[in-house]
Amino acid sequence: MSVKLTNRQVGDVTVIDAAGRITLGEGASAFREAIRDLAAKGNAKVLLNLSEITYIDSSGIGELVSGFTTVRNQGGVLKLVGLTKRVQDLLQITKLYTVFDVYDDEATAVKSFG
Amino acid sequence: MSQSNDGEIQRVDRLLDSTLENVDLAEADVTRLAEEAGFDEEDLHRIGIAVRESMVNAVVHGNHYSTKKKVHFSVVHSVVNHDGEPPKDCLAVVIEDEGEGFQKQEVPDPLAEENLLRHSGRGLLLIEAFMDRFVIEPRTPQGTRVTLVKYKARQATPGA
Repeated sequence: MSVKLTNRQVGDVTVIDAAGRITLGEGASAFREAIRDLAAKGNAKVLLNLSEITYIDSSGIGELVSGFTTVRNQGGVLKLVGLTKRVQDLLQITKLYTVFDVYDDEATAVKSFG
Repeated sequence: MSQSNDGEIQRVDRLLDSTLENVDLAEADVTRLAEEAGFDEEDLHRIGIAVRESMVNAVVHGNHYSTKKKVHFSVVHSVVNHDGEPPKDCLAVVIEDEGEGFQKQEVPDPLAEENLLRHSGRGLLLIEAFMDRFVIEPRTPQGTRVTLVKYKARQATPGA
């Protein structure tokens, strides 16, 4: 299964529920387009829910980083919630825990946007 | 399945076209062998990612998806004996491309502050983190050979 992305609004925060795999090829491309689309529409507060992501490779990690910078370059903020142990490990190994704002639960994450 | 004198239990050898479908195939092969060798869930995931990253390097960066260039892929499950240690199950993966070759030093350090927001360049880091041994060397007559090794401590037989 490639990645499946579903958007919903919680107040003024756009939550992207991601499920499946973000890997080189179809998964990474779909993810990149979804983030660019949101940023182009002026969504300034983006929360990426990764709780149903089963697998990310280095290309997928690259897409997370690109998503972060794409939204930021449009004046917005992208944060992460619901990281599985495996995704946490990947962010630790790559030192990206120091880059992303990461939250355990959605309510706290949404509130953090202010 | 048979066990040879050198402790080899199972082997897969493939000569693959340079496609992303074959990246998936190699990952599936190694995951199956690792599962049959009794590696736990977390190690299956780590081995799978490491092989995936190595195959992507071979297909994309080494062979540039060329239809004229192949990827040589092999996995061997064996039992190895190191002096003074209990026997261990060992999974050894060798991946060779037919590209121009590369130097590891050419890859920017993905952990350097100025590189943290780069889109790419983390594959080698993940392979090193997830495998017990990772060797990159030139291949003759051309290309790059990478060797990835993962050990599993052999569990004592109940009642033995």
